Amino acid sequence: MKVWLAALAVTVVNWLMKAGGPLLMGDRKLPPAAVRVVGLIAPVLLAGLIVTELGGTRLDWTQLTGVGVAGLLSVLRVPLLVAVAAGIVLTAGIRVIA
Amino acid sequence: MIEIRRAGLAEGIRLGLGPAGAAFVLALSFGAEAEARGWGFGLPVLFSALAFSGSAQFTLLTALSGGTVAAAIASAALINGRYLVMSVALNDSLHGSRLSRALQAQALVDASFVFAHRDDGRYDVSRLIGASLPQWVLWVLGTAVGALTAPSADLMHRLGLDVVFPAFFLVLALEEVRRSRRALVVSLLGAVVAAGLLLVTDPGYALLGATAAALVGLKPDRGGDPDLERAESGEETS
Repeated sequence: MKVWLAALAVTVVNWLMKAGGPLLMGDRKLPPAAVRVVGLIAPVLLAGLIVTELGGTRLDWTQLTGVGVAGLLSVLRVPLLVAVAAGIVLTAGIRVIA
Repeated sequence: MIEIRRAGLAEGIRLGLGPAGAAFVLALSFGAEAEARGWGFGLPVLFSALAFSGSAQFTLLTALSGGTVAAAIASAALINGRYLVMSVALNDSLHGSRLSRALQAQALVDASFVFAHRDDGRYDVSRLIGASLPQWVLWVLGTAVGALTAPSADLMHRLGLDVVFPAFFLVLALEEVRRSRRALVVSLLGAVVAAGLLLVTDPGYALLGATAAALVGLKPDRGGDPDLERAESGEETS
């Protein structure tokens, strides 16, 4: 029962976090400076996610290689899913050999 | 009333399929780990369906094993503090009553937030909801499969599946920084802040701290994008 209640509490807090904008701001519009800030949140969030995903536990060069290859292929305009799949296959291949 | 554009919804669903695959892999891990810690089958699946938040779910799972319930709940809530920031960012782009907008904002997850980001700085809510739909389905499905089959972490590592999420995020980040020089600068700053915070705290808090880099936007961009300037002044663009 303790775990069920904890999960329920986290779920409700999560709903409130996601609803926080409309609940706190109502119909008020953001001032221009705040609009510029929120427009930059997406790229900042992505950069943070990459760092925390790659360095959250320990650095793994095989993972870094796969992610790097996916990024390189994306720069070369290879479709997203193909680029990511290539990164996965390369990393799995290296781990088989190494 | 929720206004959904069918074209935007369809585009969002198409964009969301990639991260949905990544979500499935991560959910496999969550389901397997939850089953191993005695959560059974029903609770993790229901938790995934209702909370739909990998970072909070993993945090609660881990923190409950090593501390008090209150501390575990607080950690899981704090780790999702970024959703509050994202929700405030999204608010100007939502439509309808306050309750309706609060419901639309439930579609917020990291990848969908990025897909919904338009060139004029606003957010496409139809695309946001569309992108979250396949991710939610595969997140719940992955949790169920993980709890039933319990694949080992070693097997998933050998298959290279830990590459999925960071690779997706890198590809999406490359698209974002092509928008402007300022996006590139704040991305690099955010990465440095996250890396610094990772040395002293958990990834969730490091991520939340990294969003402070967006405060660079408080300074007007003299070489700014005309579309963004129109959005700042309240003029609608599409």
